[in-house]
Amino acid sequence: MSQPPMDAHSDPQALAPPVAAPVEATGPSYLTVTKTISSWAFTLDHKRIGVMYLIGVLFMFLIGGVIAMLIRTELFSPLALITPLFADTVEAQADMYNKWFTTHGAIMVFLVIIPGVPAALGNFVLPLLLGAKDVAFPKLNLGSFYLWLTGAVFFLYVLFTGGLDTGWTFYTPYSAESGTAVIPALMGVFVLGFSSIFTGLNFIVTIHKMRPPGMTWFKMPLFLWATYATAVMQVLATPVIGITVLLLILERTLGIGIFDPRNGGDPVLFQHFFWFYSHPAVYIMIVPPMGIVSELIAVHSHKRIFGYTYIAFSSVAIAIFSFLVWGHHMFTSGQSTTMNIIFSGITFTVGLPSAIKIFNWIATMYKGAITLNTAMLYGISFIFLFTIGGLTGLFLAVLSIDTHLHDTYFVVAHFHYVMMGSGLVAFIGGLHHWWPKMTGKMFSEYWGRIACGLVFVGFNITFIPQFVMGSLGMPRRYYTYADKFEGYHQLSTMGSYIMAVGFFLIAYYLIQSLVSGKKAPANPWGGNSLEWHTTSPPPLLNFHEVPDATDPYDFENLEYDPVTGNYETIKSA
Amino acid sequence: MSGDAQPQEANQQTGHDDDHAGGHEDGHGHSPYQAHHFDTMKQQFEAGKLGMWLFLATEVLLFGGLFCFYVVTKSNNPELFKWGHHFLDKRWGATNTMVLLFSSLTMALAVREAQLGRKKRILFFLGMTFLCGGAFMGIKYIEYSKKFHEGLFPGQYFVYENIIDSEEARVHQQEEDLLAHTDLDLPVASVVITDPKTRGQVLQPGLPPSGLSSSAREIEHGADDEVHTPGLVIAPSHLPPGPRPANAHVFFSIYFCLTGLHGIHVLIGMAVMVWLAVLAWQGRFGPGYFTPVDLGGLYWHLVDLIWIYLFPLLYLVE
Repeated sequence: MSQPPMDAHSDPQALAPPVAAPVEATGPSYLTVTKTISSWAFTLDHKRIGVMYLIGVLFMFLIGGVIAMLIRTELFSPLALITPLFADTVEAQADMYNKWFTTHGAIMVFLVIIPGVPAALGNFVLPLLLGAKDVAFPKLNLGSFYLWLTGAVFFLYVLFTGGLDTGWTFYTPYSAESGTAVIPALMGVFVLGFSSIFTGLNFIVTIHKMRPPGMTWFKMPLFLWATYATAVMQVLATPVIGITVLLLILERTLGIGIFDPRNGGDPVLFQHFFWFYSHPAVYIMIVPPMGIVSELIAVHSHKRIFGYTYIAFSSVAIAIFSFLVWGHHMFTSGQSTTMNIIFSGITFTVGLPSAIKIFNWIATMYKGAITLNTAMLYGISFIFLFTIGGLTGLFLAVLSIDTHLHDTYFVVAHFHYVMMGSGLVAFIGGLHHWWPKMTGKMFSEYWGRIACGLVFVGFNITFIPQFVMGSLGMPRRYYTYADKFEGYHQLSTMGSYIMAVGFFLIAYYLIQSLVSGKKAPANPWGGNSLEWHTTSPPPLLNFHEVPDATDPYDFENLEYDPVTGNYETIKSA
Repeated sequence: MSGDAQPQEANQQTGHDDDHAGGHEDGHGHSPYQAHHFDTMKQQFEAGKLGMWLFLATEVLLFGGLFCFYVVTKSNNPELFKWGHHFLDKRWGATNTMVLLFSSLTMALAVREAQLGRKKRILFFLGMTFLCGGAFMGIKYIEYSKKFHEGLFPGQYFVYENIIDSEEARVHQQEEDLLAHTDLDLPVASVVITDPKTRGQVLQPGLPPSGLSSSAREIEHGADDEVHTPGLVIAPSHLPPGPRPANAHVFFSIYFCLTGLHGIHVLIGMAVMVWLAVLAWQGRFGPGYFTPVDLGGLYWHLVDLIWIYLFPLLYLVE
C-alpha cells in the first residue's frame, strides 16, 4: 500500500529496459481451432462454454428487457395502455400485467443475473486467472451449460404458453392454486439451480486444487476471492431452493400439506424456505460483480488495490452473513418480534463488509492514474449506484421503516439499484474489460462511453422516482395507480427508454467490433493478472507456455506501447 | 487372478512408485486416466474427491429441506407422528437398516479391492452392494404396497378411513376398561375385536351381529365397504391407538417425500454400481487409479447415512 501510484504511461525509465518478447499468436486461437457446430456444442473448453453462456444470457437479457419495457410502458398512465392489445377484459388485462412482472423478474434473476457473472464471464476468466488449462471438471461444466439451456427452455415454454402470474417469488398459497404454468416454471428453477450448483462446485475445486505454484490464497486476483465466496453460497444455498420447488410441485399435484393451509401446511414456511435460498442468491448476484469491480478499479487506475486482504475477507464475510439474514424479507409476515430484531440486527452488519469494499475501491483510485475508459466508467458507476442501493437497504432493515415501505416501489427501486444498477452494470463493465480477451477485437471507446452515460443516466431517472413514490405509498406489482403518482411513473418510464437506447447502442458497437473492430493486443488495459499474459484471444489450452504466478496488482513493470496499443512487460533486471 | 494383470501393467506404465495403502498416483509420467488439464494424478484425485464432498454437502442440504418439513410439522403437530408411525413396520425398517449397513461394508471392501486392483473381488463386492440396494428397494416396495393398499397415500389422495372416530374411540375405551375390571363372559369375537393389537386381523364380513358393540358394527360396516369399493381397504393390520388427527395425511407426505427421495438416491446408487462394475470389468482400477470407486463409495455411504437418520425419525418416533 505504500507504493507510489504508478502510471505506465508516464513511468520514467532512465535506462531503456529490456522488453519481453510480446505475446504473439503462434497458432489458432480457441475460436478458430475448430469450426464445426458440433465442436462448439460438445466442447469441453471453458472459454467456449463461457461464450455460449454469454450469448444465452444476453439473449435472455434481451427478452427480460423487452418485458421490462412493456411494464414501464403500461405504467406510463394509470389507464390501461397496452395490456388491451393482449387481453379483453379488465381482469385479464390486470393478469397480463401480473404475468409481465413475474416473467421479467424470474428471467432476470434465474437466467440472467445469477449465471451472468459466474457462469458467463467467470467461466471464461477463472481458469485464465489461475494460469490453468481448464476448470477442474470440464464435462460437468458443459453439463451445467446444458442444464441452464434446459431451464431457459422451460421459461420460454412458460412465456409462450400463457405465462406465469405468481411473482418470481412463487409465494404460497397463491402459487398452489394459480392456473398459470407454475409447474414448468418451477421445473425450470430446479434445473437452473443444479446448473448453478455445478458451476459453483467446479469453481471451488478449481480454485482449491489448480492454483499455479506460487499463487497462495492471498496472491489471487480478487475476482477469484469473489467467485470463491459466491461458489460457496451457490453450493450451500441452491439445494434448498431445489427441494423447495420440488415440495411446491408436490403441493400443487398431491396436496402434501407443507405450504398450503388448506392441506394443513404453512405458507410462511414457504417464505422461510424460499428466502433461505433467495437471500444468499442476492449475494450470488452481487458478490461476483464486486469482484469484477475490484479488477476494474485497480487495472484502470494502474495502481495496486488498496486493502487487498480486507476486500478478500469482506467477500467471505458477505457469504457467511448471507445465510443469516433471510428473515428480513418477512418482517411483516407475522414472524415473531424477537426474530425480527435478530434478523434486523444481522442485516445491518452486512453493511460493514460492503462498505469496506466501497472505501477500499475509492482509496485505490486516490492518486491513481485513472484511465476513464468504458470499463472504468462502469466501475465508477457501480460504486455510485451500489452505494445508493446498499444504503437504501439499510432503510429497509429498520423494522419500523420497513413496515411502512414493505411491498412498495421503494423496495423495487432498492433491489433494482443492487441487482441491476450494481450487478448488471458491473457485468457489462466486466464484459467490456474482457471483451478484447474473449473476441480479440477492440470496441469503440467513443460509443462505449456514450452508452455507459446513457445507461447510467437512464437508470437513475428510472429508479430515483420509484424511491420517492414508494415512500409516498405506491405499492409494487399494481397495474394501475392513483393519479398523484402519474408524474413519477412517467419520469420513470422515460428513464427506462433512455436506458434501453443505451443497451441497444452497446449491442450495436459490440457486434460491430466483431466485424470491423481493431485487432486487440494481448494486454490492452495494462493488467497484470495472468489472463493478460496470453494472446487475445487465447489459444485452446490458454497459454503457449505455462506461466508463473504474477502479482496481479503490480503494475510497475508494464509500459504502454502506443504503436501496438499494448502494455509490454518489462523484464526486471 | 488373470483380471489383475491389466491394471498392474497400467501402473507400470505410469511409473508408479507409491504403494502405501491409501496411495494414489504421485504424478510421474502420464497415466492413461489423467485428464489433460491436470498436472498430476494426485491433483486429479484430490480434485475429484473435493468435488464429491461438495456434492454430498448439496445432497445433505437437499434432504435438509425435507428434514425441516419434518421438524416444523413435528413441533407444531406432534399428534400426527404419534398416530402415523404405527402404520410403519419397525421390523421392515430395522431389516432395511441392517441391509444398508451391510451394503456400506461391502462398498468399503470394494474400494479396498479397487485400490489393490483385484478385479474379481471388486466385481464381487460391487455386486453385493448392488444386491443390498435391490433388497432395500424390494422391502421398500413391500412397505409401500401395504401403505397404498390401506389408502395411506400422501396429500389429497389420502383415503384411509379410520374406523373409529374420536367419539366412538372414547366409548370403546370405556368398554375396554369395563372388560378389564369385570369378568364378564362375552362372546369371543367381541373380545378379540376390542383388542387393539389384533383387531385388524379378525375383521371379516359375516361376524354375528348379535352381541357386538356399536363400534364393532361400524367395523363390520367398514368391511362391507371394502367389498363395494375396491382399492379402499379398511382393514389395517396395525391400528393406531386413538382417533385420527386432523391432516393425518401430512405424516405420510413426510414419509413418502423422505423415503421416496432416499429411494431415488438408492436407485441412482445402484446405477452407479453397474457403471463401476463395467469399469472394473474393463480392468481400469488399480493402485494408480481407483477414483470412481472411491467417489461412488462416498456417495453410497451418504445414502446409507441418510437412512440411518430416517429410520429412527420415522419408524421409532413416539
